[in-house]
Amino acid sequence: MAAATGPVRWHRNLSAKIAAIPMITTALVVFIGGTAWTVLYSFTSSKLLPREKFVGLAQYERLWSSSKWLISIENLAIYGVFSLVFSLLIGFMLAALLDQKIRFEDTFRTILLYPFALSFIVTGLAWQWILNPDFGIQHVVRSLGWESFSFDPLYDPDIVIYGILIAGLWQGTGLIMCLMLAGLRGIDEDIWKAAKIDGIPMWKTYIFIVIPMMRGIFITAIVLIASGIIKVYDLVVAQTGGGPGIASEVPAKYVYDAMFLSQNLGQGFAASTMMLLTVIIIVVPWAYLEFGGKRRG
Amino acid sequence: METKHSISIKNLRLSFGALDVLKDLNLDVGRGEFLVLLGSSGCGKSTLLNCIAGLLDVSDGQIFIGERNVTWEEPSKRGIGMVFQSYALYPQMTVAGNLSFGLKNAGLPKPEIEERVNRAAKILQIEPLLSRKPAALSGGQRQRAAIGRALVRDADVFLFDEPLSNLDAKLRADLRVEIKQLHQQLSNTMIYVTHDQIEAMTLADRIAIMRGGQILQLASPNEIYNRPANKYVAEFIGSPTMNFFDGEIVGGDGLRFAVGNHAFPLEGYDFRDGLAVQGPAWFGIRPEHMVTGTKAESARIRLSGQVELVEPLGSDTLARVAVDGRSLWVRMDGQANIRDGDDIVVGFDPARANLFDKSHENRL
Amino acid sequence: MGNVTKTAAEIQLAPARQEMTGPRGPKPGRTLSRRNIMIYGTLIVVSLYYLLPLYVMVVTSLKGMPEIRLGNIFSPPVEITFQPWVKAWAEACTGLNCDGLSRGFFNSVRILIPSVVLSIAIASVNGYALANWRFKGSETFFTILIVGAFIPYQVMIYPIVIMLREVGLYGSLTGLVIVHTIFGMPILTLLFRNYFASVPQELFKAARVDGAGFWGIYFQIMVPMSLPIFVVAMILQVTGIWNDFLFGVIYTKPDLYPMTVQLNNIVNSTQGVKEYNVNMAATILTGLVPLTIYFISGKLFVRGIAAGAVKG
Repeated sequence: MAAATGPVRWHRNLSAKIAAIPMITTALVVFIGGTAWTVLYSFTSSKLLPREKFVGLAQYERLWSSSKWLISIENLAIYGVFSLVFSLLIGFMLAALLDQKIRFEDTFRTILLYPFALSFIVTGLAWQWILNPDFGIQHVVRSLGWESFSFDPLYDPDIVIYGILIAGLWQGTGLIMCLMLAGLRGIDEDIWKAAKIDGIPMWKTYIFIVIPMMRGIFITAIVLIASGIIKVYDLVVAQTGGGPGIASEVPAKYVYDAMFLSQNLGQGFAASTMMLLTVIIIVVPWAYLEFGGKRRG
Repeated sequence: METKHSISIKNLRLSFGALDVLKDLNLDVGRGEFLVLLGSSGCGKSTLLNCIAGLLDVSDGQIFIGERNVTWEEPSKRGIGMVFQSYALYPQMTVAGNLSFGLKNAGLPKPEIEERVNRAAKILQIEPLLSRKPAALSGGQRQRAAIGRALVRDADVFLFDEPLSNLDAKLRADLRVEIKQLHQQLSNTMIYVTHDQIEAMTLADRIAIMRGGQILQLASPNEIYNRPANKYVAEFIGSPTMNFFDGEIVGGDGLRFAVGNHAFPLEGYDFRDGLAVQGPAWFGIRPEHMVTGTKAESARIRLSGQVELVEPLGSDTLARVAVDGRSLWVRMDGQANIRDGDDIVVGFDPARANLFDKSHENRL
Repeated sequence: MGNVTKTAAEIQLAPARQEMTGPRGPKPGRTLSRRNIMIYGTLIVVSLYYLLPLYVMVVTSLKGMPEIRLGNIFSPPVEITFQPWVKAWAEACTGLNCDGLSRGFFNSVRILIPSVVLSIAIASVNGYALANWRFKGSETFFTILIVGAFIPYQVMIYPIVIMLREVGLYGSLTGLVIVHTIFGMPILTLLFRNYFASVPQELFKAARVDGAGFWGIYFQIMVPMSLPIFVVAMILQVTGIWNDFLFGVIYTKPDLYPMTVQLNNIVNSTQGVKEYNVNMAATILTGLVPLTIYFISGKLFVRGIAAGAVKG
């Protein structure tokens, strides 16, 4: 990419430019154009069809006074925090266990990762069945003699989001475990030897030496989990349909419902713009920390 | 341009953003010449070669191959063959496939491709390997096949980008000889990039020593060794590196080099343009130009010191000698019988010395 | 080495194998140490937990409804019946259609094949251009593409609806194929770009000296060298597209719904008596394709998701 003091040759690399047209179109038209369009139309009073009648922040005011949206946000926050913490915790601990030079490592890994191959729909339906109060865990425990046992997350508005969390963790922790395992395997064997010679106990080696060395993997895992959290939709649709009532609504479902079910496009645009804003608030500081220093050069 | 030049580079400049990788570089390579571009990594030698090959777009300047201006020509249309450090053989093709790939792209008729491939294979003695894949070849065989790929193109100019760096020492020496024979046999122009001074000295008709995107000295191996143009070149060529004294050239009773309480006579030193100068300077002398024992007695300059360290190499012995708190490397006979702590007298002749001015470090 | 607190003798006694950090008995053999019991015990319990839903689905799908109503979901079927599977595949109703999940299955296949082929073809050429033929602005477009991967789909859903409607593809399989190609592009392009960038640059240079152009190098040098990464991309796309629900429900119409959407409609339909055995059979059927890919591809699958996950 030399500075072009030579003859300007637009046809140099012509094939590459032609080949990149789909990418350029996607980047400019869909990603930038589409996003800008939605943000712009979130300031209109669009209902069944988009129209250019601008109403300022009216859609946002309505959004933030809607109990369905507020519950969605609350659910997303609960689901997000727990799923982040538990995914990292469980993922790392399972990876550390698998990294002990054990036998049947492949078998264990295959078992722990298979849920990740399944769709959220399948995951949600499977756990809907297991958590079914009349047939599932609650029923089984009660029929064993503990009559007052109660574990009914899918029909209890207060804890329904935890029922979804259980399914989400079941599906996703295997991936985090695999990432962590790759990270652990990337650590020089000599580090362990050195720690052993220095007489450092294993748990201390993990916390003070190994985990700081795996910073990159942790960041990747966090980004991955976080982007999964924002997208959570299918799981809720399959497992609870947002219910009971509106107790397990999430933002992505709010957007879909507003756009395609209740013919309230403006609300959908405003809600999706809020989702975008959330991502920006999370991603921009991270990106700045990761790349900010270099980009200045 | 002039037909006597095979390659001619005029005011070549290449920059990546603010970074100038090649700075206003000029170079003429004669027909049939073996030119080696030598320098440490990052000096721009490989970049220059890639520019000649057309694999990098230049920022400014022109490149001529033969009489054609090829500055903006496609690599395959420049009449070059190229050999790479990592061999760069196409892993999924056989050796024959690798050799013929370029010819097929050029649309040559099949019988001719076959003939050329066979001829090249014969020259390089890789005929039995033609149907093998690169993965089934040893390092030396791979590099032969890679040379073959350049050979079949019947190119006027061969470009080598550190072709022997990935080989072990023994093979490297063998293939070096083969490349030299190949040049004698084919007599096309060859440009050869390396950071290995032995390859450079043994192969080159002329060596271009590069640093910071410029050519510091372009001369025969002999000239470069004996009359380095500046202190950098003097340090770069030769191992162990040249010994330096930091002092001053003073006049008076004949010209002398004053360092500490010594004053080396400079009679017999061949000043550049015969022009004697005075002032602060470096005095350089190669370890192999220092003598010891009885020879030291008769040398023009004598220093006494103590042996600090001995490195026996078999053919030679290297000794580090402390003289007035300064360490000097001396190359001695392999049979020399010395030990650490021995007192020793070293001597040398000003005619063998190299003087560089302190401010520009250029040869005086 | 300043912190050597142990004596040489102790170091000598310390077992060479890493697993011996636990109690230092006199003879650290392969016997069931307390540590090993803990490790294997934990892993087995966790594995059972992970296998539980699959087990429950399978046993439920093999029971008759009366048995389900009476028994517990963990007990194996007393009387095995395959009727629920037959019904799920061929008879279950969604709306007016009562031809079972088979319709969704074939829809998914018709969506899957072109989507996988198109998305991989485009992304691999993109990745190749980005790795080997950079031009002014190419990195900028790539950055936008990768940043775009972080934008919630919800923001772009409706503009795409409008664009597809404009060209008459809204509600068609072709439209959905395009959507899958677009949203698969960032991750796949990253995957291919990183892979092609790891191919020695000299190979590419050699091919240019040999007179091969953009497409020549792509087809004759790069693709034959990169079959593993194509397999990885295929695994990634097959599972991803098969498991998609959101795009399927938005960009197609009921006749063309992919399997996941149809499954959800069957199971969560509010009409009629719930037939849990049929539901579970249908759920397994839908999960069968990605599960098969997963168990066959093994390590490549892991490599695929790791490659997809690790940023460039």
